[in-house]
Amino acid sequence: MGTIESLAYFHPELALAAAILAVIFVDLALTGRAGQRASEWPGNLALAGAGAALVLTRGLRPLDVRGAWLFNGMIVLDAFSVFFKVLLGLALLAVVWMSLSSREIRAQPNEGEYYALLLSSGLGMFLMASAGTLLMAYLSLEFVSLTSYVLTGFLRHNRRSGEAALKYLIYGGVASGAMIYGMSWVFGLTGAMDYAGIARGVAALDPASRGALFLALVLVLAGFGYKIASVPFHMWAPDVYTGAPIPVTAFLAVASKAAGFALLLRFFHFGVGHEGPAPAVAQVSQTNMKRLLAYSSIAHAGYALLGFVVFADRGVEALLFYLVAYYLMNLGAFWVVMLIANATGREDLDGYRGLAWRGGAAPALALGVFLFSLAGLPPLAGFVGKFNVFAAGVQAKLYALVVIGLLNSVISLYYYARVVKTMFLDDPAADDPALRFGASELGAVGALSLATVALGVSFNWLLRWVEVAGRVFTG
Amino acid sequence: MHGDPVLTLMIFIPLAGIAVVLALPSRAHDAIRWTSTLFSAPPLLLAVRVLHGFRPDAGFQFVHRGPWIDAFDIEYFVGVDGISITMVVLTALLCFLCMIASFGIEKGVKGYYALFLLLETGMLGVFCALDFFLFFVFWEVMLLPMYFLIGIWGGPRREYAAIKFFLYTLLGSVLMLVTILYLYFASDPHSFDMTQLSRTAHVTMNVQLLLWLALFIGFAIKIPAFPFHTWLPDAHVEAPTAISVILAGVLLKMGTYGILRINYGILPAATLAPAWHGRSLAFWLLAALGTFNIVYGALAAMAQTDLKKLVAYSSISHMGYVMLGMAAFTPQGINGAVLQMFNHGTVTAMLFLLVGVIYDRAHHRDIAGFGGLASIMPVYTGVTGLAFFAAMGLPGLSAFISEALVLLGAWQSYPLLTVIGASAVVLTAGYLLWTLQRMFLGKPNEKYLTLPEINARELFTLVPLGAIVVFLGIYPTPILDLQSPALVRLNDHVTQAAARTAGTERVAAAR
Repeated sequence: MGTIESLAYFHPELALAAAILAVIFVDLALTGRAGQRASEWPGNLALAGAGAALVLTRGLRPLDVRGAWLFNGMIVLDAFSVFFKVLLGLALLAVVWMSLSSREIRAQPNEGEYYALLLSSGLGMFLMASAGTLLMAYLSLEFVSLTSYVLTGFLRHNRRSGEAALKYLIYGGVASGAMIYGMSWVFGLTGAMDYAGIARGVAALDPASRGALFLALVLVLAGFGYKIASVPFHMWAPDVYTGAPIPVTAFLAVASKAAGFALLLRFFHFGVGHEGPAPAVAQVSQTNMKRLLAYSSIAHAGYALLGFVVFADRGVEALLFYLVAYYLMNLGAFWVVMLIANATGREDLDGYRGLAWRGGAAPALALGVFLFSLAGLPPLAGFVGKFNVFAAGVQAKLYALVVIGLLNSVISLYYYARVVKTMFLDDPAADDPALRFGASELGAVGALSLATVALGVSFNWLLRWVEVAGRVFTG
Repeated sequence: MHGDPVLTLMIFIPLAGIAVVLALPSRAHDAIRWTSTLFSAPPLLLAVRVLHGFRPDAGFQFVHRGPWIDAFDIEYFVGVDGISITMVVLTALLCFLCMIASFGIEKGVKGYYALFLLLETGMLGVFCALDFFLFFVFWEVMLLPMYFLIGIWGGPRREYAAIKFFLYTLLGSVLMLVTILYLYFASDPHSFDMTQLSRTAHVTMNVQLLLWLALFIGFAIKIPAFPFHTWLPDAHVEAPTAISVILAGVLLKMGTYGILRINYGILPAATLAPAWHGRSLAFWLLAALGTFNIVYGALAAMAQTDLKKLVAYSSISHMGYVMLGMAAFTPQGINGAVLQMFNHGTVTAMLFLLVGVIYDRAHHRDIAGFGGLASIMPVYTGVTGLAFFAAMGLPGLSAFISEALVLLGAWQSYPLLTVIGASAVVLTAGYLLWTLQRMFLGKPNEKYLTLPEINARELFTLVPLGAIVVFLGIYPTPILDLQSPALVRLNDHVTQAAARTAGTERVAAAR
């Protein structure tokens, strides 16, 4: 499909681009005139932009199962990319909303830039979800990475934030260098940039070049693995997650990871990933909430990757399903962490001591739901997510992986339960402040926790949906 | 959804109660207490109605089923038969009584009762669920409230006890999850239907044995069978009284219930084969662990100075009889085992309630710290005597019947183990009588001369249990009539299914 016709199927991205420009101009106009802090405008504009992108994505109808190739094959629009765009749109919307109530972000003088960067990052992820060629994959991934570096370091006078951004940049630079090197090998071996051409090239490859292809794939995997924070490319995650502003951490953990999986799935029809209890063990000793959630997100990349390893049958579907469940519970957990940080200025576990008994029963309850869901207890979304992944594993007879994954979930319960213990079982110390939370602050958290329970009880609809999205690969 | 919704109502009325309790103001303690009690009454009444309409000769009854998750062939499927009906009644009864027994809780009353109601839904669900996925969900749903109930309202080492209980049980349930998934994919057509899986799942003998063992470990943790028992004394001692009652009275039974329903019911071939000295390996395992439990529990109980810990270890000992009876797999043995599940539920509930009564007054449970209570609290002494004699297995009280049946049944298959198990009765009598003597006889402790007598509320929770213990000791026929046909059916089912599998294996081997 040519460029002009393609625009008709590009509405969500266009809306995001328009919103980015609008945010920049409004921000310029407002700060330029009075020289004082910007108003609510940029944030609300960003919210509108993300909402518009989401609504427009829902309006996209995949042309057929095989999908449509837009912009001369650069962009693919199929049920799979629509699935990811909906998920990413939801994540973007939630993170913008979250940022609007984050004290960290509100305290910054250049709030407008923040929203422009956030939306840009979102736009890059939309492109990642539908990249049809190696070139597009690389460009969109870099776009997302660059904006993420800035977002991570957005707390200008916070040393941890700066440190995190620098680490992220260095790791990211290395990973992306390795990846493009690998991609150049793939291109050299197969003579194609588009996935279909690569598949043909690989099929025609002589056995002697197999080794070279394997090496190339390992290098490419480094780039993707870095994006989804999978072992062994995960080392950046704990530091970056700890240093970044909380909404940015949530964005990286939920959206960036989902987009990385979209790229990974499309590119890799023949990779092998492995995860294990290593991240869980590292988690046990964490006392910073954001750091704990970072390690947990590494472990969860592992569960999702198990679905990727299975690939055939239910594997892809299980992975997609898992990402949705993960979206709900992880975003919810970060949201509560932000609420607590807003109220107390603390992110360490001690700041949660006896939370339930000093006015924070509602957020403590919600965080409990999210954490137990992350641990995979029924009837919560995280359980059905794992259930799907393990079902796919058992069906594919990968019993060892399933058993490792299950044992890992027992270990993981221990550290999630430790947080719950601190909130409910420990008595607050005398100098712990009494807290109050308004209904407006708790609205989003309440909705997410209800959704986590609801998805755990009724998930037929989502199974149907991921089946449609996964058919791109299997059917 | 079709069928009789009575079980569904029974399971989910407590859940509805949570919504009401949460809507009440947190300071209205009495309102919360009474509302929760009110919401635990309908399940009891419905259980009695089910009991009344129950026909022992028919199979699963009061079935209510309908599709839940089509994409995975998961059904909402509940029903009761002769094995689960007594457990359902026991659960509903103990929950109702324990709501009343918890009136003394003052900390976080709202949270306590909300969690308790959630626990009740989970427990009733486990005994009624006939879809394996549903069973697993209910099984896990019990975990969370239990963790919090022990962890928040428990004794000094409550956090340790709670997390230990949690991790042990979760370890058991992940093994169960793998088995569930394996059976699902091995069955044709794919299904989680617990009543059909033994027919539809095509599993080779070696894999069956592996699955049997995985499930068994999961259930053995719950019973708890040696060597998975170490969570129990901790959890029991730290838990608040009512939760100890539920733990010992209901949760332990889920282990043995699960073995009967799932290990026996779904994997019959692995249950009956391969043989060694005329009995299957599975039975030998059960019998040996059961006997060990009996002796070990009794010896450990004898060494305790804490009254609650003593009762906890006596539970380990008494659950051993259930395992021994199940291993015998004779009509008497298995009838005795299932009856023992019910009887232990009532007797141990009384014991824990009684421990709670004295603890509320003296604020310690050190056996040696009391003395001569008989002259200070005569009514309390009388009730305790009844409970102790019942636990001892004195003729005329309920536990005698079930333990005698178990030993009779086991004698034919495991003479040596039966002799060991039977002689442990002496040990049981020993620690219980010794405790009675130290606490209730002799010179009264000066400190406790003014201890108030057991009050009406406490008596109200104990009297129904005591009445059941006496009634079933004299006239156990009603409950035996209820369960025997189901157990005969289970026996036939296991033998036939095992023979069928053995046949196909032989055919396969011959090819």
